[in-house]
Amino acid sequence: MDLSLQGVGHAYSDLEVLRDISLEIPGGRILCIVGPSGCGKSTLLRLLGGLEKPDRGRVLQLGAPPAGCLNPLTFVFQDFALLPWRTVEGNLSLVLEDHRLPKAEAEQIIADVLARTRLSEFRTALPRQLSGGMKQRVAIARALAVTPAVMLLDEPLSALDAQTRELLMDDLVALWTRAPFTAVYVTHNLAEAVRLGHRIVVLSRRPGRIAEVVDIDLPLDARETGSAELERHQKRLWSLMRDEARAADAELVDG
Amino acid sequence: MADLARHGAATRPVPFRGGGFAPSARRGVGLAVFVALILLAEWGTRSGWISPLTLPRPSDVLATLVDLWTSGRLWEHLVPSLSRLAVGAVIGVGLGVATGVMIGLFSYVRAGLVPLVAALFPVPKIALLPLFVIWFGIDESSKYALIAFGTFTPTVVATYGAVDNVDRGLIRMGQSFGLSWWSIVRKIVLPGAMPGILSGLRISLAIAIILLVAAEMLGAQHGIGAYILQAGSLYDLEKLFAGVTILSLLGVLISFAVGQAERVLLRWRR
Repeated sequence: MDLSLQGVGHAYSDLEVLRDISLEIPGGRILCIVGPSGCGKSTLLRLLGGLEKPDRGRVLQLGAPPAGCLNPLTFVFQDFALLPWRTVEGNLSLVLEDHRLPKAEAEQIIADVLARTRLSEFRTALPRQLSGGMKQRVAIARALAVTPAVMLLDEPLSALDAQTRELLMDDLVALWTRAPFTAVYVTHNLAEAVRLGHRIVVLSRRPGRIAEVVDIDLPLDARETGSAELERHQKRLWSLMRDEARAADAELVDG
Repeated sequence: MADLARHGAATRPVPFRGGGFAPSARRGVGLAVFVALILLAEWGTRSGWISPLTLPRPSDVLATLVDLWTSGRLWEHLVPSLSRLAVGAVIGVGLGVATGVMIGLFSYVRAGLVPLVAALFPVPKIALLPLFVIWFGIDESSKYALIAFGTFTPTVVATYGAVDNVDRGLIRMGQSFGLSWWSIVRKIVLPGAMPGILSGLRISLAIAIILLVAAEMLGAQHGIGAYILQAGSLYDLEKLFAGVTILSLLGVLISFAVGQAERVLLRWRR
């Protein structure tokens, strides 16, 4: 299943955040969206996931989601959004309960995604007992549990420290290499974008428009932090963004 | 180390400015305050420093309580009181939580009911007792109604405040995973609002005890309120204080029960 944005524009009352965005999201690859703060990248993601309605243009779902997919468009949030009163397995079963799966099947899904995210021994832990990195792995496990057609990741690593971020990037690469998934990954961190993105879309400052689309052909598992080619891409992206970011930074939020 | 010697007299530890603002549990202190006050009263009444017309001797009050217990009349008064309290509070808290959740979730309910609740909250419910007697009769139903009405408003206010404070991020998460409306309310909104609802419960149940006594002062033969009223009109201070002691114990018991409920239901908060 692919996604397509056609001439999408959006405004919050008087504040125009996105203008004329047309974009194809091809299956089986990770598309990164980068841009200066306030450029509407998270809004774009919420439009893609149906959490907001665009004022102009259309967001289209091309083709049917694959069989067995419980929630085609699935988010991973920056603040993890785990229910603090449910254990790790309780948080996973939350998203399965409404589907009325046979008990054994739900149990099998939970065991499988916990194993894939290396969380099996923390099944009965409460979120407050987990580190930030583990919480985000639970959130990723929860997203995998509903076998999404497209994963929508909203700055998933931004609340984590630098070391944890590196480890989780490795985890994401390993997950994708084992079973390629479609993902839209919003970040303001260019290192994350060049590490995880097959295609990187650069948005301009508010109102966000597509400034540039960069493809990186290097396979994900061959990318290493600090490799010359990634450095080159990252530098180029930063040169595209620097002036926009500076201008965005000097704007008043309420405009 | 060399610096230490160089500055000589000007060297001192950095003054400590942190700490405090974090009360922790101190076992037995609450009990000690009670015991000290009772002993003071006992000593005062025995030495004649407090006249028996002002305050009965605590040991006499205790004797009255023991007599009440052994003669079986304690249950005669306690059972109707507790059942009135239970029925009234269950109705009031139940309706209050339901109404509070609705106010928290629906714009029209909020717009329509918040001003009404604000208008009802400050009305002393005791003043409405005669009205309730006309509406519901002099028997049990008017007592249930008074207690229910009195617990309803604080529960509503606590509940909708708690629902307002539920993390919207968690609700968006529920929507993004395609949870049904009812699942979101049951699994995200209600547990998220539980801390606020329970602390509201402490207040509403204390109000319920106050109203229980008020209700029993009108047209009740049995019940703690009737017992206190009777003792008061005869100036039987021992009995009066025995009744008051039962009410206080009831309050402590209810507060303890809510504390236990918090420990079980809010274990996730630590």
